[in-house]
Amino acid sequence: MSKKDKEPLFSAKNRKLLLGPLSASNPVVVQILGICSALAVTAKLQPAFVMAISVTVVTAFSNLIMSLLRNSIPSRIRIIVQLVVIAFLVILVDQVLKAYVYDVSKQLSVFVGLIITNCIIMGRVEAFALGNKPWPAFLDGVGNGAGYGLILIIVAIFRELLGAGTLWGYQVIPASFYDAGYSNNGLMLLPPMALIIVGIIIWVHRSWKKDLQEK
Amino acid sequence: MESLNIFIKSIFIDNMVFAYFFGMCSYIAVSKSVKTAMGLGLAVIFVMTITVPLNWLLNEYVLKGGALSWISPEMANVDLSFLSFIIFIAVIASFVQLVEMVVEKFAPGLYNQLGIFLPLIAVNCAIMGGSLFMQERDFTNLGQAASYGLGSGIGWWLAIIMMAAIREKVTYSQIPAPLKGAGITFIITGLMGIAFMTFLGIQL
Repeated sequence: MSKKDKEPLFSAKNRKLLLGPLSASNPVVVQILGICSALAVTAKLQPAFVMAISVTVVTAFSNLIMSLLRNSIPSRIRIIVQLVVIAFLVILVDQVLKAYVYDVSKQLSVFVGLIITNCIIMGRVEAFALGNKPWPAFLDGVGNGAGYGLILIIVAIFRELLGAGTLWGYQVIPASFYDAGYSNNGLMLLPPMALIIVGIIIWVHRSWKKDLQEK
Repeated sequence: MESLNIFIKSIFIDNMVFAYFFGMCSYIAVSKSVKTAMGLGLAVIFVMTITVPLNWLLNEYVLKGGALSWISPEMANVDLSFLSFIIFIAVIASFVQLVEMVVEKFAPGLYNQLGIFLPLIAVNCAIMGGSLFMQERDFTNLGQAASYGLGSGIGWWLAIIMMAAIREKVTYSQIPAPLKGAGITFIITGLMGIAFMTFLGIQL
């Protein structure tokens, strides 16, 4: 595809599509999309990581497929076509997770299914894939999935480290700390703290990028 | 009694927003004023009360392992549960479309109030989440599924109304510039979530 475009595979424009969502147009902290199902999986790093990969795969391929189909779908029925494509990809992801990482799939429970209604995916398909060529659409999907995953992983690192003293299930905070009177903050493992951490990430991010501040 | 217990629990303890973050996107986007929040909240209650029992019936008689045995005994080994995502979302999307058409035809006044929110609901995670939790929790009869749907809808409505009321006041207070808008909304929601945890352990 890209050869026909006579555009290098990673031209400056395409690089921007891929890297922009990591910070300047991050889907979670800037566009406020896709918080729905995600934060509940960030109490530990491993499920958060698996979730991030799953969402990236679904976003990238739904963008790719919808971009390939964009000229043959009547716009009246596009929502239902999008839902079918996304649901199909999510079922694939769900079956793969059940087959290879069953423990994590159990922990994620209903949240894998909720990728279907993740606003990032519908949002990117509507806003980008329907008006662009497949390769940029694919990169946009990967970029947005990664931007979402980045926030998920940052939140999960804070919550697991402070809440349980572990990372990826391994003990990180040494036992001597506990002997000296340190104790885990159990509050971090509870759902509301995920929201507060995201709020703080938004605070830090917007103090750094002042043009994103709301009036 | 069991249904009542499920109802109360789904409003306060397993609240869609505070315990599971369902429907956060529209929750943040639409909670700027109480009036619009009320419209969306009522639409969510309505759609959830119908779709959760509807999906329960589908799950019980079509999707679950062995559910097809009512057709013929040989079908007892068929397990279609891998299809549940696509069936649930299809039911929700088509129901939302149906409601939109019916309301537009018979109650144009209500349509003008709810109109823009109805399409939003098809991709509201709370609706899909309600159906998926219904499947996971294995309710034993239609009444339980219905009271779960109603309770979760009311819980979501309660959350967005409270948030909208708080946000209307927050606009007059001095907030650090980077926190304005989304940032403070997240933090307030977190604090409200902590407050809601005091309901933990209520048992009827």
